[in-house]
Amino acid sequence: MTYDLAVIGAGPAGASATIEAAKAGLDTVLIDEQRAAGGQVWRAKGPAIKAAPATPEGKTGDRLRAALAAVTADRHFSARVWDIERHTDGFRISAISPTGALTIETRAVLLAGGAQERVFAVPGWTLPGVIGLGAATALMKEQLVLPGNRVIVAGVGPLLSFVAHEIIRNGGKVAAVVDLNPLSVWLRCLPDLIGSPGLLVRGAWWRLRLWAAGVAYFHECGIRSIEGDRAVSRVTIGAVDANWCPLGAATQTYDADAVCLGHGLAPATEASRLLGADHQYDGGQGGWKPVTDDVGRTTVPGLFVAGDGAGVQGAAAAQLQGRISALAIAEDLGLLTTREWRRRSAPLILRIGKAQRFGRAMTALTIPRPGLIEAIAPDTLVCRCEGLSRHDIEAEIRAGANWPNAIKSGTRCGMGPCGGRYCTETVTELACRITGKTPGEFGIPTARPPLRPVPIGCLSGEFDYDDLPIPPPAPL
Amino acid sequence: MQHRPRIQKGVSRAATVRFVIDGIELDAPAGESLAAALMAAGIGTIRHGPMDGQPRSVFCLIGLCQECLVEIDGMQIEACRVNVSAGMQVNRLRPMDPIKP
Repeated sequence: MTYDLAVIGAGPAGASATIEAAKAGLDTVLIDEQRAAGGQVWRAKGPAIKAAPATPEGKTGDRLRAALAAVTADRHFSARVWDIERHTDGFRISAISPTGALTIETRAVLLAGGAQERVFAVPGWTLPGVIGLGAATALMKEQLVLPGNRVIVAGVGPLLSFVAHEIIRNGGKVAAVVDLNPLSVWLRCLPDLIGSPGLLVRGAWWRLRLWAAGVAYFHECGIRSIEGDRAVSRVTIGAVDANWCPLGAATQTYDADAVCLGHGLAPATEASRLLGADHQYDGGQGGWKPVTDDVGRTTVPGLFVAGDGAGVQGAAAAQLQGRISALAIAEDLGLLTTREWRRRSAPLILRIGKAQRFGRAMTALTIPRPGLIEAIAPDTLVCRCEGLSRHDIEAEIRAGANWPNAIKSGTRCGMGPCGGRYCTETVTELACRITGKTPGEFGIPTARPPLRPVPIGCLSGEFDYDDLPIPPPAPL
Repeated sequence: MQHRPRIQKGVSRAATVRFVIDGIELDAPAGESLAAALMAAGIGTIRHGPMDGQPRSVFCLIGLCQECLVEIDGMQIEACRVNVSAGMQVNRLRPMDPIKP
């Protein structure tokens, strides 16, 4: 059968879109690689957890999961989409689910893959014990395990105080929080935050609790190095200037057995790039994002994007965007009259402004600044998969590789199994420093299938060697 | 690496099961992600950098970075995408010799 709509990603945008689409009468299928809906932000607790104290994220996620369970739509969890092809009548999606290979035909696709964590290289970031800030939230929300016994929380953006607060709330120790931004940037974006008082109060509460617990919170500071023999044992931090460039020799060293490191979120664009949609660079929304109209229509007919994958704006905005996109798709497919589309979408469009303003202010705090890469030592690995150092990559750029695919083909940087997810941002900043280009001018590598690593055995599906048609031998 | 603490306050977990990694027997609540179970058990190095041979461990916890790749039943899979079950046999990937440029 052919679905009207396939939604990829069951976070705030995708799950909300599926609910709205099912209510509008669309034959909808929802695919997500996690075990349950909720995305990274409202991640469900893992099967090992039988009972745990309720959290605001957990409660919101449970409400969304209950609403999703009440609608009629096919759903595939723990399923990873590794290819999407567009053909004349729609799209063909290839995925791997726990039961095997999955092929889905659909008239329209809504990409709701959310954001991915941006982590810039620092000396020692490949040591066991260093995890992403987003990874720390997943570990604590889903598994209820702490990232370490004495943790340094470092980087930039609102996740810093959230992660540090979650660690101390759950009985762990935070050695220090190390924030590249000055406190003043938070005060400066207050006007954008006032419209969402609930979120603002929560953020202020985290800071207050950290202060009350005596956790050292350093502004305008960054990690100089992470050291240890086979695992993190010491972290050295130092001051940075307004460009996040290391400033002076004065440093402080902490004993720590874990580092949670992150520099904001970027839209996960591999699927929209694979399908050939136009993209643009907008640092204020996390970097490269697909070009869309107000309802999430991309430049590819039938392809929509909602949520952080369309530009990082946070969960509140993503939920509304998902619903608006679902209604727009229903109208495009002729399953909703224009009048009915207007009636259903108007109240959502009215509410989305405030949520977007808050989300964009948070994302703007994490726009990478050029000094960030100055802390990377020449021998620090930038591409974890291919073992390439800053020196290796800069040598390639200086030799004339001045766009992403040239660096890729010259060094294999970004061609390892992570698909360039943890090196592209650092490489972009290194290249911009040498070539004088902006990230938008430098570009982004071509996306190719598989979108996720796939075991070869799963691809052959029901294939049997005996089914191979063997042509008769050519006459002598 | 030191053991990563499981949050205890107000939390109840599934019954503990035993699994094996490289011949070492470990206990974890059934259904806990293998990555979390290895962190809780203080297993530091999960694999070695494919090209540099340096110790690596859990990094992204969402199945993207491939740093926690292990072998189970002859298949390579991310430890953060597998749940612990009784009698599960896990092998770490053979450390590769560092490749010198």
